[in-house]
Amino acid sequence: MEFPTQSSPYLPLSNDLNRLMAQVMLALIPGALCLFWFFGWGVLFNLLITATTAVTAEAMVLKLRKRPVMATLSDGSAIVTGLLLGLALPPLAPWWIPVVGALFAIIVAKQLYGGLGYNPFNPAMVGYVVLIISFPLQMTLWSPPRGIEAEFLPFLDTVRLVFTQALADGVTLDSVTMATPLDTSKTEIGLNLTWSEILSKPLYGSFAGHGWEWINMTFLIGGLWLWQRRAIDWHIPVGMLSALFIVSLLFYIADADSFGSPIFHLFSGATMLGAFFIATDPVSAATTPRGRLYFGAGIGILTYVIRGWGGYPDGVAFAVLLMNMAAPTIDYYTQPRVFGHRDPKDS
Amino acid sequence: MNDAPSRRLPINGQGIFALAACTIQRLMITILEQALNFHGGLRLDANKAQSLRTPLRQASIPERLFVPLSQHIGEAAEPLVEVGDSLLKGQPMARSLSYISAPVHAPTSGRVIDIGAYPVPHPSGLKADCIVIEADGEDQAAPSGLRMEAVFEADPADIRQRVRDAGIVGLGGAGFPTSVKLNPGPDREVELLVINAAECEPYISCDEALMCCRTQEVIDGIRIMRHALHARQVVIGIEDNMPNAISCLQNGLDEAGDTDIRVIAIATVYPAGGEKQLIYTLIGEEVPSQGLPIDLGIVCHNVGTAAAVGRALLQGEPLISRVVTVTGAGVRQPANLDVRIGTPIAELIAQCGGYTDKVARLLMGGPMMGVSLPSDAMPVIKTTNCILAASRQEAPQALPAHPCIRCGKCAEVCPASLLPQQLFWYAHAQDFDKVQDYKLFDCIECGCCAQVCPSHIPLVQYYRFAKTEIWNQEREREKADIARQRHEFRLERLEREKKELQARRAKAKKALNKPKAGSADSKKAEITAALERVKARKAEQAATARNTDNLTEEQQTKIAEIDKRRASDHNENRP
Repeated sequence: MEFPTQSSPYLPLSNDLNRLMAQVMLALIPGALCLFWFFGWGVLFNLLITATTAVTAEAMVLKLRKRPVMATLSDGSAIVTGLLLGLALPPLAPWWIPVVGALFAIIVAKQLYGGLGYNPFNPAMVGYVVLIISFPLQMTLWSPPRGIEAEFLPFLDTVRLVFTQALADGVTLDSVTMATPLDTSKTEIGLNLTWSEILSKPLYGSFAGHGWEWINMTFLIGGLWLWQRRAIDWHIPVGMLSALFIVSLLFYIADADSFGSPIFHLFSGATMLGAFFIATDPVSAATTPRGRLYFGAGIGILTYVIRGWGGYPDGVAFAVLLMNMAAPTIDYYTQPRVFGHRDPKDS
Repeated sequence: MNDAPSRRLPINGQGIFALAACTIQRLMITILEQALNFHGGLRLDANKAQSLRTPLRQASIPERLFVPLSQHIGEAAEPLVEVGDSLLKGQPMARSLSYISAPVHAPTSGRVIDIGAYPVPHPSGLKADCIVIEADGEDQAAPSGLRMEAVFEADPADIRQRVRDAGIVGLGGAGFPTSVKLNPGPDREVELLVINAAECEPYISCDEALMCCRTQEVIDGIRIMRHALHARQVVIGIEDNMPNAISCLQNGLDEAGDTDIRVIAIATVYPAGGEKQLIYTLIGEEVPSQGLPIDLGIVCHNVGTAAAVGRALLQGEPLISRVVTVTGAGVRQPANLDVRIGTPIAELIAQCGGYTDKVARLLMGGPMMGVSLPSDAMPVIKTTNCILAASRQEAPQALPAHPCIRCGKCAEVCPASLLPQQLFWYAHAQDFDKVQDYKLFDCIECGCCAQVCPSHIPLVQYYRFAKTEIWNQEREREKADIARQRHEFRLERLEREKKELQARRAKAKKALNKPKAGSADSKKAEITAALERVKARKAEQAATARNTDNLTEEQQTKIAEIDKRRASDHNENRP
C-alpha cells in the first residue's frame, strides 16, 4: 500500500494564526464597548471605517503584488490593525481621518515592507502617528465622556458631524468636544496648578480620568484573558506596566504636587490598550523572553517621558515606535543561553 | 612572543585547577532526588494504552525477509553470503569492516534468494542493499559463540567484542553501534550509567512492553553493561506515566537484591527521552554542546539495547529480532510484537488485523520525530521501534504556511533553549553563517517548535535543509581546498623547474663564455685532443665482438628491419 509522505512532526498542530487573531479581536470587545459607552457613536464609526479601509487596502495591495488575496486576508491581521487604530482615534474626527490612518498603516507601514511578518514598525501606531503629526487639530476631537455635565451628541448628529463636518444650529465644535484628562493635566500643570487641584475637576474620576479609568480597566481584563489563553506572554505587559509604575512612583514620591500618581498613569490614556494589545504585536516587538521585558520597560519609560515632557498628551504610540527600532538590537543582546553552552555568545 | 612557551606548557596553575575541578565534578555526580525539568518541551497525549491492551507476543516469521546491510549509523556491512546459500538462524550474513559499523545476522533459517537494492525505511526514500531470505520455516539456529558463562567476571574488552559480534546497535532510534558506546576510552572513568527508558514519544510502547514482559532480560543486560563500563552508579530514567513498568523493574531489582540500580520516575514531558534532556533531568548537569555524556563521566544506553545485550550474552542470540509497537487508528489490533528483523511492514500490519478504513499515513517511529514511509513494502530494521498507521485525525495533512510573526511560541517550547524563530529567519534567507551563530547544530530536531507554530511553518524541515547545506558546503570547501592545494603545488613546481632551467642555462652560458679568454693555440690543442678521444673510442668499439656478429644473413636482415622499425616508432611517438 502506498502512502503520502511528509516531514516530521505529524501531530495535529496546537496553535493557529487565525485563532490567535480572533482571540485578540474577542479580547478587545470589553474595552471597545466601554469606550463606546463613554464616547458614543463616533467610536463605532471609527472602528467600522478603519477595519473596512484596512481590509480593502490590504486586498488591493495583495492583488497588485500578485499574492493570494483571500488566503492572506483570512489571517485576520489587517482587520486587527484596523481595529487597534480605530480604538486610538478621537470619536468626533471627520471620516477621512480613520481612512487616511488605515491606508497609511496597511499600505506603507505593512505591505510596502513585505506584509505580515516583515514590518519593522507597528502598523496601527504608524498610522496613528502620521495622523497626529499631520492633523493635530482633528486628532483632538474627543467628546466629553458620558456622565459629565456636557452635551452628549446623539446618533444622527454624530453621523452628520463625522461625515459632513456639519453641526446643528446653535452648537459649536467647542461645546461638543473636550480635552482628554491627560491633555488637560498637561496644560494645567503648565498653569502651576497642583495635582490635587487638577484631580478635583469633574473630568477626573475616582483614581484617573473619568471614564478612562474604566476603559483602561476593561482593556486590562481583556488583556489578562489573552494572557490566560496564552495568546500573548506576560513579558511585554509586565515590563511596560512595571516600568511605568516605578518611574511615575519615583517622581510622585519626589513631588506629589507636580506629578501624577502611578495609578493615574496606569489607568490613563492608552496605557492598558498599549500594554496588552499594541506593544505585544509580536512582529515588531523584541522576540527573546528577556528582550521582551526590556522592550516593554522601554515603552513604559518612554511613555512617561513623553507624557511628562513631550509635545503630545499621550506617548504610547511614539514609545512603541521608538522601541520597535530598538527591537533588533535588544534581540541581539538578549539571546538566551543555549543548552550545553556556557554563555550566549560562545560557540 | 615571550609568553608563547608558557602558554604551551601542558600544566600551569589554571590547568591544574581546571583539571581538579573537572575531577571533583565528575566524582560528585549525584542523582537528584527530585528530578528537574528541562526548558520547554510539550505535554502530549500519550496514546500508549491502545497498544498495551494485549501482552507482548511473538510475530510469526514471514516467507521472505529483506535484511538491509546498513541499519545503523556508520558504514554498511559487507555480505558474507551469496545468492543460493543456505542460512541458519543467527548466522552472520554480513560483517562490519570499520569501527563504527555492525554485522548483520540471518533472522531465521532459509536460503539467500537475492542480494540487491530494495526499498528501506530511510528518510531519503532511496533504495539500499538488502539480503533477501526465503525462510524454510524450520527456524533452525546456528551454533553461537556469543554466550558467556561467567559474564560478570569477564574482561570488558571480551564483552564488547561479543556485543559487537552480536550486531547490537542503539535500539532507541539512532542505531549507533553499542560496542563503541560500551568503550569509554582510556583514562575515562564512568561514574554513571544512565538507562534511557523514558520512551517520551506518543504512541510508542515497545520499551514499556519489554520492561513489563521481559524484566529479567532488561535487568541482566543493565548489569552486564554496568560491569563492562565499570560504572559506579546506575540509574534507570523512566517517565512517570508508566507505573506498571516502574513496579516491574523495581520488583525485579528487589528480587535480584540489586539495590545499586535505581529507578527514577521523571515527569512526562516530551522530549524527556532525549539523551541530553534525560541527563539534565536526572543530575542537573548539561552535556556540553558538541560534547558527549562521557565528558561528564556518563554513558547513556537505551533500555531495549540493554535487553539485547542481555539476550546475546546470556542466551547467545544475536540481534535478529526486536520489539515493535504497531499502533494507530489505521490498524485494527494495535499491539507490541517481537518481530524478526527484515519482516516486511505489510506482513506485520496483516498480523495485527490489517488496516482500517481510516489509515492515511504510515510512520516509522513516533509522530514527533518518525519517518513518513511512502509504502509498506519495506522491512522492519534494528531501529524500528514503532509502526504507526495514523488516521487523518492523528496525522493530518500539512496546512499551508503563513509568514512567521515572531510570536516566540517556538522559543518557549525549545528544549535546547534556542530561538527557532531566528533560526528560521536565517535558514529561510540561506544565511548559513548567521544560522550557525544562533546555534543551529544544537537543534535536536524534536519538532516541538513546529508543533506549536501558529503559522504552521514546517520549521524542522528548514533546519534539516540548513544543516544539509552547511555540510555540503563544508564538503565542497574541503574538496576545493584540496584542489587549491594541488594547484598551488603545481604552480610551485613549475616555478621551481623554470628557475632550475634558468639556473642551468646561466651556468651553461657561463661555461661557454669562459674559454673565450683562452688563446687560439689552446683551442686547437683541445680539438685535437677531442678527435683523439673519438678515434680511440671507435677503435675500441670495433675490437669488442657483438653477440649478433655470428648470425645468419637472414637473421641479420631481420635485425636490421627491427632496428629500422624501432627507430621509426620512436620518431612517431614523439609529439
